Amino acid sequence: MSTRLPNTGRFLDKTAPATFTFNGQSLGGFKGDTLASALLANDQMLMGRSFKYHRARGVVASGAEEPNALVNMGEGARFEPNQRVTTTELFDGLTAKSQNHWPSLNFDVGVINNYVARFLPAGFYYKTFMYPRAAWKHVFEPIIRHSAGLGNAPKSRDADRYEHFYFFTDVLVVGGGVAGLQSALAAAQSGAKVLLLEQTANWGGRAPVDGAEIAGKPADDWVTETLAALQALPNVTIRARTMGAGVYDHGYALGYERITDHAPEMDAPRHRLWRIRAKQIITATGAIERPLSFAGNDIPGVMLAASVRDYLVNWGVAVGERTVVVTNNDDGYRTAITLHKAGLKVPAIIDARPKADGDLPNQARELGIPVQEGRGIAKVKGGKRVQGVAICLQDGDGGAREEIACDCVAMSGGWSPVVHLWSHCGGKLNWIEELAHFAPDPKRPPLGDNGEGFVVTSGAASGAMDTPDVLKDAHLAGKAAAKAAGFTPKRSQAAKAVATAEAAMAPVWIMPLKATPELKAKMWLDYQNDVKVSDVQLAAREGYESVEHTKRYTTLGMATDQGKLSNINGLAVLSDALNQKIPQTGTTTFRPPYTPISIGSIAGEARGEIFQPLRRTPMHAWHEEAGAYMEPVGQWRRPYCYPRGAETHDEAVAREVNNTRQALGLLDASTLGKIIVKGPDAGKFLDMLYTNMMSSLKPGRCRYGLMCSENGFLMDDGVVARIDEDTFLCHTTSGGADHTHAWMEEWLQTEWWDWKVYVANVTEQLAQVAVVGPNARKVLEKMGGMDVSREALTFMGWADGKIGGFDARVYRISFSGELSYEIAVPASQGRAFWDALHAAGAEFGAMAYGTEALHIMRAEKGFIMIGDETDGTVIPQDLGLHWAISKKKTDFLGKRAQLRSHMASAERWQLVGLETVDGSVLPDGAYALAEGMNANGQRNMQGRVTSSYHSPTLGHGIAMGLVLHGPDRMGEVINFGRTDGTLIPAKIVDAVFYDKEGEKQNV
Amino acid sequence: MSNAVSALSGVSSDGYVQVQEMGLQGMLTLRGDLSMVKMAKAVKAAVGVEMPKLRKINMTGQSGAAWMSPDELLLITPHGDAEATAAKLVKALGKTHSLVANVSDARVVFTLTGAGAREVVAKLAPVDMQAFKKGDIRRSRLAQVPAAFWLSGKDEITVVAFRSVAQYVFDLLTNAAQSGGEVNAY
Repeated sequence: MSTRLPNTGRFLDKTAPATFTFNGQSLGGFKGDTLASALLANDQMLMGRSFKYHRARGVVASGAEEPNALVNMGEGARFEPNQRVTTTELFDGLTAKSQNHWPSLNFDVGVINNYVARFLPAGFYYKTFMYPRAAWKHVFEPIIRHSAGLGNAPKSRDADRYEHFYFFTDVLVVGGGVAGLQSALAAAQSGAKVLLLEQTANWGGRAPVDGAEIAGKPADDWVTETLAALQALPNVTIRARTMGAGVYDHGYALGYERITDHAPEMDAPRHRLWRIRAKQIITATGAIERPLSFAGNDIPGVMLAASVRDYLVNWGVAVGERTVVVTNNDDGYRTAITLHKAGLKVPAIIDARPKADGDLPNQARELGIPVQEGRGIAKVKGGKRVQGVAICLQDGDGGAREEIACDCVAMSGGWSPVVHLWSHCGGKLNWIEELAHFAPDPKRPPLGDNGEGFVVTSGAASGAMDTPDVLKDAHLAGKAAAKAAGFTPKRSQAAKAVATAEAAMAPVWIMPLKATPELKAKMWLDYQNDVKVSDVQLAAREGYESVEHTKRYTTLGMATDQGKLSNINGLAVLSDALNQKIPQTGTTTFRPPYTPISIGSIAGEARGEIFQPLRRTPMHAWHEEAGAYMEPVGQWRRPYCYPRGAETHDEAVAREVNNTRQALGLLDASTLGKIIVKGPDAGKFLDMLYTNMMSSLKPGRCRYGLMCSENGFLMDDGVVARIDEDTFLCHTTSGGADHTHAWMEEWLQTEWWDWKVYVANVTEQLAQVAVVGPNARKVLEKMGGMDVSREALTFMGWADGKIGGFDARVYRISFSGELSYEIAVPASQGRAFWDALHAAGAEFGAMAYGTEALHIMRAEKGFIMIGDETDGTVIPQDLGLHWAISKKKTDFLGKRAQLRSHMASAERWQLVGLETVDGSVLPDGAYALAEGMNANGQRNMQGRVTSSYHSPTLGHGIAMGLVLHGPDRMGEVINFGRTDGTLIPAKIVDAVFYDKEGEKQNV
Repeated sequence: MSNAVSALSGVSSDGYVQVQEMGLQGMLTLRGDLSMVKMAKAVKAAVGVEMPKLRKINMTGQSGAAWMSPDELLLITPHGDAEATAAKLVKALGKTHSLVANVSDARVVFTLTGAGAREVVAKLAPVDMQAFKKGDIRRSRLAQVPAAFWLSGKDEITVVAFRSVAQYVFDLLTNAAQSGGEVNAY
């Protein structure tokens, strides 16, 4: 069993006990515990079930590399699945539940998958897709969906807040072990600004656990002193509990700070995502111990050797009473020695090497620990907990010679530098034969904008394994980064440390070397995704040669731990199966983040009310108070209609249309884009932008214009007013203002940079109100201040003046077909002007109308709407707008495109009006059916509806649509299909349904 | 005019940094060749400051000029003077190719006050606020919308954004300035 030992645990604060629950059971631990150490201290070795076979899973590591021990954390609005117990700090009141089990962790029905494992081989998913066809949908998918999967999805809205923080630094150091500290110090001494990040709450990394001596004192003391020295420097910023999550182009990096995870009672953002720009990045990310592949290496109680001693030294936890150490290197002996000195039993050290006579093995022998050379583990005995191991010859096929009872197996397969951050942005690796690992190649770093490297590795992350080498490498890395960031490093030395002479390790990818197929089918490579040696070998036999393909076929390394433990072992097995060297196989791609980061941290502040900017006009509050039903138009919210009492939206819209046509309607048109275009070449510029002639427009006059993309498609439209000889004001659609402004700037900056034109977007400077209807002039004359008579301000004219004391620019334009003025006033006075219009207009029947009434009235008049009649594939010619396309101009944007044969084809669908035979409303977007089928066996079509409304003015449905040869087929009835298969006959008519002569607007 | 109101009527919030909407502020967009002596003279005559250099703002009292782009300035005046200042500029520039637009009402102005004002901005804008000095201006963004800001006092930052998103910007700043969110990185 696993227990807590008294008077041990360097991270524990025994004065601060903490109570937590696991699967509802109340357990105790201390401040400083991780959830992993606290569970182990309570003899809770079984922590979860594997993904595919539901095999019993215990913790295997002590840090970020842990693949097994993931839990459902918290409850309700603080629930989060897949939380790694090894990186979860314990706090009082923590609640956790194990995952992927049913009905209980101890008794899991899904474990039956375990017994049918031979029916769930590598590539199982892909194979089920193949044959029989129906089996996937009806047999395999339901079974897999029920039994696979990890944590539960959260059901409540997240209670916490999150934020981003932009930070700029000369040197970013990722990792607060002795290497990171040494690098940070060397860099900071040059005067460079340094940011130092450590993912855990503790500084110093492995060195104190491994008993390193630095500068003549225990590593812990050196760490404390160095940290204090760094904290005293004004140019150094230090953050614990902050993981360097990713390295991106141009020295961009992400830091993931976990502020309240260890103390949820704090009133603070839970996570803060540091968005860092660094001139140089030092990755002091350490190394990860590799498992060994022997049968039953996934049984709870089998753990990484260094993690076993972490639990003992850092948290005072004895994982087992009898621990067998199995290793291929000298470092594994440290675990045996540490356990022995703590009074725990180590019945044997199984060393796969033929000879083990270095310092550490000899120390172990002197302590009386039996060392068996040239041996391996044939298999682990036990189910939910290790009960013993069978020992065999490493060079054999697994025939067992001896069994040793134990409750813990500490395995060490050697160490792999954490190269993730180095590799994220393209740093290359070398295979180091003698250590059997990939290490960064300093000659091929990720390159910055100047073609020079911007990432330097430090310490174990470089492949330096012994403390003196680690510190030397880290010191040089710090100096190199400072120099590359433009600083002059101080002449100084790395801290000195005591060397340990370790003998060479021997790569062991399968234990024993000639293991039988039965044993290989129990050798786990990827614990979380249940990928075994036999799966990778099968993939190789089935023709998978690329490591990236094999990864996806077998799911090796595809779990939430991204193969931190399985990667090297897996590709070694693959290389062996393919009979090629490991570097030839290569690695899969390392992608950020290093370990999963919360979605909340990525979203930052963007949630709730500030999920997205919402644009409001100066009259927005009035609309809300009037009970308007709002609709999104770009990022604006505009009133769709203003329902009164029990009115439906349709009734409100009808009332607004009728009132506007019969009395007086007021529309908040402030969202319309307004762009000033000024300069001696402004006319020439607008002639290029619009399809019609703008340069001939007289000051004081307005003209409707169309804007096309260079591919000829209609993009935006609006009324252009000429203010003076050099100045135009271009109105755009509400949603198109920013795009049109950017479009103008792009042409002026990149193509016509020598034209004398400046533009300014003044959309928000002005509040604009459309005053519409037969009484429009009456209300303006009542308010007084300027002459708005038919003679003084003619249709398509504009004038500056005063309306009721407001500085106003009045445009005599109409999008409804009624007598209409659009009046612009400064935005700060927009609300007052709107109120004044309502007050003065009350006796004339003034009533606000919304966007739907606007749409209906324009459709009754046959005016097109960008986004309804256009969808990016429509050209002005399709819409019968030939009159707005200049024949005189030699060029305009879109002209050449519109000359292409397909664009000029008479077969393009053309705009017409549509009226259903029964007066009903056509479904928007419905297609008009033609005879016959196309090559795909689909019904041929001859047109589609682009806008469709009930017209309150006419009392029946009206629609606009694009129809093949439409304008030549007036009066013809064609059929539109409903989604239920029935047809609606509709007659092709003129698109102008109302006041074709335009008499109403011209009064 | 007495009818004129700012977007949020002077709303404020108190976190570890105070956020305050500042009411109406006169602002002009001036576009032109900033290297011309005539332009510098016109700016000086209009708002009383020298032509600002790249990413700089020059203020004197209630007036000033800020660099916005290689051919654009933001001129600052009292709100009531904006039209008159614009007219003065247009006259001074005469036939010189340029554009002057009154954009006072297109904007909302906030101040952030408190020792943490810089880091509150750094939560929302991709700007090195630690190196940000008096006289600097950035035309950048706050989260998802454009904004410009400068140091207007020792622990005070003035933020300018578009009027339509005034509420969004106020909410953003208030959220970022909530107590407990102190970064203490500077």
